[in-house]
Amino acid sequence: MSRSLAVLLAIFAALAARADDAVLRWGGDAEGGAPFVEADPGDPSKLRGFDVEVANEIAKGLGKRPEFVQVAFQEIDQSVQRGDFEIGMSGVEDTPARRRELSATIPYFEFHEVLTVRDADRNRFRTLADLRGHRVGTLTGTIAYERLLAAQAKEGVVLVAYDDDVHPYSDVHEGRLDAVLLDNIIAARAMRRTPGLYTQSAPVATGHYIGVLAKSNTALRDRVNEVLRARMRDGTLERIYRKWGIWDDYQPAFFAGVGAAAPTREEAAPTVDKTKIALAYIPALLKASVITIVLSCAAMALAIFVGVMIASGRVYGNALVRAVLTAYVEVVRGTPVLLQLFVLYYGLSAVIRLPAFVAALLGLGLNYAAYESEIYRGALEAVGRGQLEAARTLGLTEMQVLRLVRGPQAFRLALPPMTNDFVALLKDSSLVSVITVIELTKQTQIFAANIGSWVIPGVLCAALYLAMSLPLSRLAGVLETRWRAATE
Amino acid sequence: MSGNGAILTVDALRLLRGTREVLRGVSLSVRRGELVALMGLSGGGKTTVLRSVAALEPFDAGTIDVDGVVLRAGPLPPRIVAKELRKRVGMVFQLHYLFEHLTVLQNVVLAPVHVAHVALADAQKRAMELLEALGVAHRVNALPRELSGGEAQRVAIARAMAMEPPLLLMDEPTASLDPARRGELGETLVELTKGGRTLVVTTHDDDFARAFANRVVILADGEVVEEGDARAVLSNPQHPATRRLLQAPAS
Repeated sequence: MSRSLAVLLAIFAALAARADDAVLRWGGDAEGGAPFVEADPGDPSKLRGFDVEVANEIAKGLGKRPEFVQVAFQEIDQSVQRGDFEIGMSGVEDTPARRRELSATIPYFEFHEVLTVRDADRNRFRTLADLRGHRVGTLTGTIAYERLLAAQAKEGVVLVAYDDDVHPYSDVHEGRLDAVLLDNIIAARAMRRTPGLYTQSAPVATGHYIGVLAKSNTALRDRVNEVLRARMRDGTLERIYRKWGIWDDYQPAFFAGVGAAAPTREEAAPTVDKTKIALAYIPALLKASVITIVLSCAAMALAIFVGVMIASGRVYGNALVRAVLTAYVEVVRGTPVLLQLFVLYYGLSAVIRLPAFVAALLGLGLNYAAYESEIYRGALEAVGRGQLEAARTLGLTEMQVLRLVRGPQAFRLALPPMTNDFVALLKDSSLVSVITVIELTKQTQIFAANIGSWVIPGVLCAALYLAMSLPLSRLAGVLETRWRAATE
Repeated sequence: MSGNGAILTVDALRLLRGTREVLRGVSLSVRRGELVALMGLSGGGKTTVLRSVAALEPFDAGTIDVDGVVLRAGPLPPRIVAKELRKRVGMVFQLHYLFEHLTVLQNVVLAPVHVAHVALADAQKRAMELLEALGVAHRVNALPRELSGGEAQRVAIARAMAMEPPLLLMDEPTASLDPARRGELGETLVELTKGGRTLVVTTHDDDFARAFANRVVILADGEVVEEGDARAVLSNPQHPATRRLLQAPAS
C-alpha cells in the first residue's frame, strides 16, 4: 500500500517537474482557427497561425522550446491560473478583469470590434443604434459581448450569445441574426467563408490581444514583455502579421505606443469588491434560472407526452409501428443529445429555421422522450394481466383499459425513474447554450469569466440548481409514498 | 341454440394449449335463474370454460351462445360482439383483481360511469346499495390491499353486479373463504338468483355445491363426465372422476 503511494508520488513529482526550464507551455484553442491557431491543413499534427508564431517567438526569446496545450477558449484564464500551462494566448482580450485576476503581458495586437451585416443591409445597419430591436450575435466572454450587453440597455438591440465565432455569421446569412459584433480579424475571415456579408469599417470598440499568466508569475511575465517589445521593434511581429494578412493601418501607432513604454509598466490593479459585483449578477442568474426551469418543465412535458405515445405504440401497435418506434428509440438513445441539438438548430436550418428556444425544447424533449418511453413501456408491461382482464370483463374498451386502469397503475411504477430523469434533464438543459440559449450554467460561466473567479458564481449556480431540483424530488417522494400505500 | 330458456349454451367446446387438449368437446347448458356448480379436480378445465365464456380465451372448435350472442372458434371476437357479450356476462375472478389504485367505491362505479354512462352520483348511490346488501358498505373508502379475502370477494361481486349482467361467472369463490364464511357466500348467491340472476360457479367444495347449487356439472380431463341435480349427483356419483373428487379433502 505505502509502496504504491510512493510510486504515485514519484509520478506526480515527475509530472510537476515538467513545469520547468527548457519548455514553455502555452495554452490556446485550436478550434479558434486561422489566423489565430489552427491545425495545419498540410499536416494536422502541426499548428499554424499568428498566435502560434508569436508564441514561438516568445519561447525563442526566453531560450525555451514551445509546447502547445489545447484548452477551450472560455477556460484559458482558469486554466493558466491553475498551472496547466505558463502562458495563455489565442486572441485573449485585454480586460480589467484579466488584469485584476492574472498577470497580463503587454498587448501585442490591436483589433477593432466591427459590425458585420448582410450585404443588402449595408446602408440600413451602419451602427448599433441602427439595430434597435434587431438580433445581434457575438461570442460569449469577449469585449464584444460586454459591449452588446450594454447595447441591450442603451441601443435596444437583442443580444444573442454564441460559444463559437462561426455560427453567428452563418446565422446572419440565413436571417436568424441581423448583425454580428466581433473582432475585425474574425469578421474578415467570415467574409471570406460566407458570401453575401458586409463588414462596416467604422469600429464600434477597440481592443487588444494579450498573453495571460498566473497571478504570481510576474517574473516570467516581465521577461515575456521584454521579448514582445523587442520583436515589435525589430519588425518580427510586423512580418508575422503581414504574413497572416492582419497588418493594418492601426498597428504602427499601436506598436509605437506599447513598444516605447517603460519596461516595467505596472497596471495598478484596482481592488474590486467581488461581493458587490456578484450581487449585480444575481438578477441575470435568476433570469437564467427561469429559462432553465421553463425549458426543463416544457421539455419534460413534451418528453412525457411523446414518451407515452411511443410506449403505447410499442405495446399496442402492429409490427410496422413497433419497428418504427423501436428504431426511433435506438437512434435517439444511441447518439449524443449535443449532436441532436446541433442538427436541429444548424443542420435543419436550410429546411426549417427554428427559433433557438424552440430547437432547445424540441431537442431535449424528443431526446428524453426516448428514455421516458422505455420507462413507460416497462411499467405498462409490469401491470398484472388480471387487472386488464377484470377491466375487459366489465366492458371497458382497450382504450379505456389503458386510460383508466393500466396507465394510472403504470404511472405509479414509472414515477421514481421519471423523477430521476427530470432531475437529469434539469442539468442537461445546460447543453442548450451551444445553440445560443443562455441558461443558468452559461450565465454562470459568463459571470465567472467576468469576475475572474468561479467561487461565488459556482456556489450561487449550485444553490439555484438545488433550489429547483430538491422540491421536485420532495414532491416525487410524497407521491411515491402515497401511491406505494395504494399498490402494495 | 339457446332454446328451452337456456341463457348459456356451450356446444362441443375444444381448446388446445400447444399440443395439449385442455377442453375436448365440452357441452353444457344453463337455464335462466339457475345456480350451476362447475366441479372437478384442479386442471380439469373448469376455469378455462369460464374464461372462454367471458371471451378472455380464444378456443379451437365449438360455439358458445350467451343469450343470443354467439362466440365462435378462432381469434377473440371483434369489439362489437364483445361489447354485446359484456352486457350479458359478468365475472368474479378467484384472485378478485380489484383495481389496485382505486378505492372500493371507485372500483364499483368505474364501469357504470365509463361504460354504461350513468351519472356519477347515481352510480355511487347504486354502489352503496350493493355494498350494503353484501355487507361491506363500511369499507367504501378502503383500498383493495387493505381488505380481507372475504371482503375483497364481496367487493368484486358488487363490482360485477353494478353492471347488472344477467349471467354471472364466479371462479372458485369458496377458495379464499373459511368454511363458516362459505355459508354466508352461498346465501348471498342464492339471493342473487332469486332476483333473476343466473350464476355459474366453479368449486371443489361439494358441501357448498350440495347446499346451494341447483345443478352440478362435473368436468374431468376436459370433458363433462356427469351432470344433473346437485344433491342427486353428489349423493350417488356414477363416474369414477366424481368419486375421486368427493374423496379429495375440500380445501
